[in-house]
Amino acid sequence: MNRYVVEVRITPREGLLDPEGKAVHNALRSLEFEEVQDVRVGRLVRVELTAPTPEEARARADAMCRQLLANPVTEDYEIDIDSIS
Amino acid sequence: MTSTASVELRVAVVTFPGSNCDHDCYRAAKDVLGAEAGLVGAGEAHRAAVRSHGKVEAYFVWHRERDLRSPDVVILPGGFSYGDYLRAGAIARFSPIMEAVRRFADEGGLVLGTCNGFQVLCEAGLLPGALVRNRSLRFISRWVRLRVENAATPFTSAYRQGQVLRMPIAHGEGNYVADEATLDRLEADGRIVFRYCDADGNVTDAANPNGSMHGIAGIVNEAGNVLGLMPHPERAVEALLGSTDGAGVFESMRAHVLAGLSAAANAGRATRATEPAGRP
Repeated sequence: MNRYVVEVRITPREGLLDPEGKAVHNALRSLEFEEVQDVRVGRLVRVELTAPTPEEARARADAMCRQLLANPVTEDYEIDIDSIS
Repeated sequence: MTSTASVELRVAVVTFPGSNCDHDCYRAAKDVLGAEAGLVGAGEAHRAAVRSHGKVEAYFVWHRERDLRSPDVVILPGGFSYGDYLRAGAIARFSPIMEAVRRFADEGGLVLGTCNGFQVLCEAGLLPGALVRNRSLRFISRWVRLRVENAATPFTSAYRQGQVLRMPIAHGEGNYVADEATLDRLEADGRIVFRYCDADGNVTDAANPNGSMHGIAGIVNEAGNVLGLMPHPERAVEALLGSTDGAGVFESMRAHVLAGLSAAANAGRATRATEPAGRP
């Protein structure tokens, strides 16, 4: 078994109102970061796990996202995997 | 109907770690619905129902339990189950008791989820859609008005179609979202039970406190026996609380259960409709 660290980035689904992102956007504008075009605020979940292969680690992380970490109605997610030596 | 004199309505209130409206729900069921004179301004129909049908037995069920103890109605109360970590309701749905709640709902039992209970029902997939952060990003605690969009459900038969109710809300994540197909189905099937409205009953954006799509405050599942709503009917059952408009939800549920029991009695069956066959 190898050890992996999985980072799951969860963001509000495209096209869905993201009030938190909007508020941060407005705050950045008021600080005169006028070049800001869009802000989305999400969540980062870092999971350490053991798996025989990186593919298996990804499959397990995907299952975690579908069952708990992300709500498929409102959120999208991306998975990054690194092995821990 | 002569055989129902000893019947009691059994109401199970599920307590999750972080629930904080469970005692309000208990009181609304046991002390208000179950008391003949409990409802200030209660009609003769209510008093007659209490006289002929006896008491209401309400009890708490801790989330670690696996048995609902043969209820007629299950209430998932408001609060902040598991601190609302990850997403509101996301972790509560894995509580051991939720398996029994799902079975009870599948068998047609009445399940009422208010506020956090609504969020749990959505996360558990017992109701479609999701509740996300209020568009204002603020926690909102105030009185709102709701329009009864469907008075033909087991939860709303005590109301008139289109009746405007006054109830409190207290939530940070009450902004109902669902995809277009789901919204179309909810609309077409009359499953949107309550919408936010103004004092005259107009559903407007200004009257929508949290940004919910289609002004949705409450919906039922496809079978019509599971209701989720963000407002708190249990906090609007006594004049002292500022409104008695929420009492109709509890009265409707009782009427529905008693109608089912008397139908079962007339059919020669002694058990509750919601009890598994063969149970004593």
